[in-house]
Amino acid sequence: MVTGHGRIALFVRVWLPVGFFLVLALFPFYWMAITSLKADSELYNQRLMPLMLRHPTLQHYVDLLTQTNFLLWTWNTMLVAVVSTAISLVLGTMLAYPLARMRFAGAGLIAMTVAAIYLVPQPLLFLPLADVINRLDLGNTLTAVILTYPTMLVPFCAWLLLGYFKTVPKELEEAARIDGASRLQTMRQIFLPLCTPGFISAGIFAFTLSQNEFLYALIFLTKSSVRTVPVGVIAELIRGDVFYWGQLMAGALLGSIPVALIYSFFVEHYVAGLTSGAVKG
Amino acid sequence: MSIRTESLITLARPRRRDVSFAGWLDREAVFSWLMMALPLLFLAALVGYPLVYGVLLSLEDRSVGHTGHFVGFKNFITDFHDPVFWRVAANTFVYTIAATLLKMVGGLGLALAMNQDFWMKNLIRALLLLPFIVPTVLSTVAWMWMLDPAFSVVNRILIGLGVPKPGPSWLGTPLLAMFSIIMINTWRGLPFYGITLLAGLQTVPPELYEAATIDGASGWQRFRFVTLPLLKPIILIVTLFSVIFTFADFQLVYVLTHGGPQNATNLFATYAFDIGMGAGQLGLGASVALMMLPALALLIVGLTLYMRRA
Repeated sequence: MVTGHGRIALFVRVWLPVGFFLVLALFPFYWMAITSLKADSELYNQRLMPLMLRHPTLQHYVDLLTQTNFLLWTWNTMLVAVVSTAISLVLGTMLAYPLARMRFAGAGLIAMTVAAIYLVPQPLLFLPLADVINRLDLGNTLTAVILTYPTMLVPFCAWLLLGYFKTVPKELEEAARIDGASRLQTMRQIFLPLCTPGFISAGIFAFTLSQNEFLYALIFLTKSSVRTVPVGVIAELIRGDVFYWGQLMAGALLGSIPVALIYSFFVEHYVAGLTSGAVKG
Repeated sequence: MSIRTESLITLARPRRRDVSFAGWLDREAVFSWLMMALPLLFLAALVGYPLVYGVLLSLEDRSVGHTGHFVGFKNFITDFHDPVFWRVAANTFVYTIAATLLKMVGGLGLALAMNQDFWMKNLIRALLLLPFIVPTVLSTVAWMWMLDPAFSVVNRILIGLGVPKPGPSWLGTPLLAMFSIIMINTWRGLPFYGITLLAGLQTVPPELYEAATIDGASGWQRFRFVTLPLLKPIILIVTLFSVIFTFADFQLVYVLTHGGPQNATNLFATYAFDIGMGAGQLGLGASVALMMLPALALLIVGLTLYMRRA
């Protein structure tokens, strides 16, 4: 594949395109960061070169944490993401294990239904779901989103885990069966401990998707004290026609950090999940 | 190996069917359905039921605070006579097609650029995925600020490069607003294409390139006749995935433009939200959302069948 030689060729072939994509991908984050660190006097001064930061200040962060419910929103977001991820992993495993290991009539149909449900987008469901949540009297409770997020996360986890389960060799389970273990014991004590990497991949994805969710949270959570970060930022930091850009960017950056941190610890799992999800399906 | 163990298991199994409760539980079908019962019930209650209920809702004149009556296809007829509805349909198709094409071409470029050996490759790959990881709403707010009418940094850079002041009004003019949402959707989705296609590229055996080179194929010919055919299945799956979620996109448009100016960026999802939630006309809103179904159903069935085969 290599055709060019020398430093110039390397630069043209590698660093020019990679650098282009890198700047494109990262500039908005750089812009978020320096905006959030500028004092308003610097931020709204048209005569200063905007790409540089002259007098960094944490004022916007202090305001964000003391004058808004941002910390509470972060807590809500985390709670919802962790609980709905846990529910989805458990329910997803309960779907994926039989589909990966057992032979029974209807297995193919169930597998296809689960895949199809994963592809049903939220905008198709939000109006009837809003009515269901209202009738259950769950409006403005975190339960509303903890119940509805798994509607997209369960099929997703099931599909990803199904792909992973199929790559785990069967021999250990067969040995356990011969030794007289029941199917449930075999699954819990022999099989599931082998699947930790699969659970990490599915867990990170589910966690990221819950942090990213907006539509259901927007509809079901209208009281400030129960809001999640995305909804809180949109609904309360944008006040009428006045934008508090410093605070907004501080909020956007802080809201992105949990996902980015978790992602940085498990990049390899994430990439593996991403590619197996689409490639192997 | 596995064949032999399986035959051993059949030998070890008792001939008579176990009639005890534990034996009944151990049957593959019984165990499977019991295990799947809870998740299936959950999905039936919170996906299946709302889907059916949404269809019924679209046939009623239901609005917030009023009980609805069955009105047949009246809501759908209202949609067909609504010029905004047709604008929304056209917008959704333009948005989906343009953003998908850009992501596909750009993603392929990104994958090809990344499929080389260079310094800090893993770190760079991790950084490139950031736009895809970060919650859409939060990165969209950053773009909103970057395209702000008074303080747009994009315009400041453009002016620095010689574009006359005050620079384009990105979110204020219909055509540019559509262009902006397409570009931001591309910005967010490109890494997904790039990294997935990169994984595909890495499975292409190097011998194929060597053989093609020996046969005298040029760089372009190797790409066209070796790389592209082998990548085709992955490109197809990734594209179908992304088409489905771009077609039903809500967050980006809701945050950036609210569908404006003059409905120039209103999509099915945001329009259904406006009618159902904003104006409280649940029945009519449900009918707008359901109009996504024919195109989506086609895509979903196609993709599911394809994944099943693969």
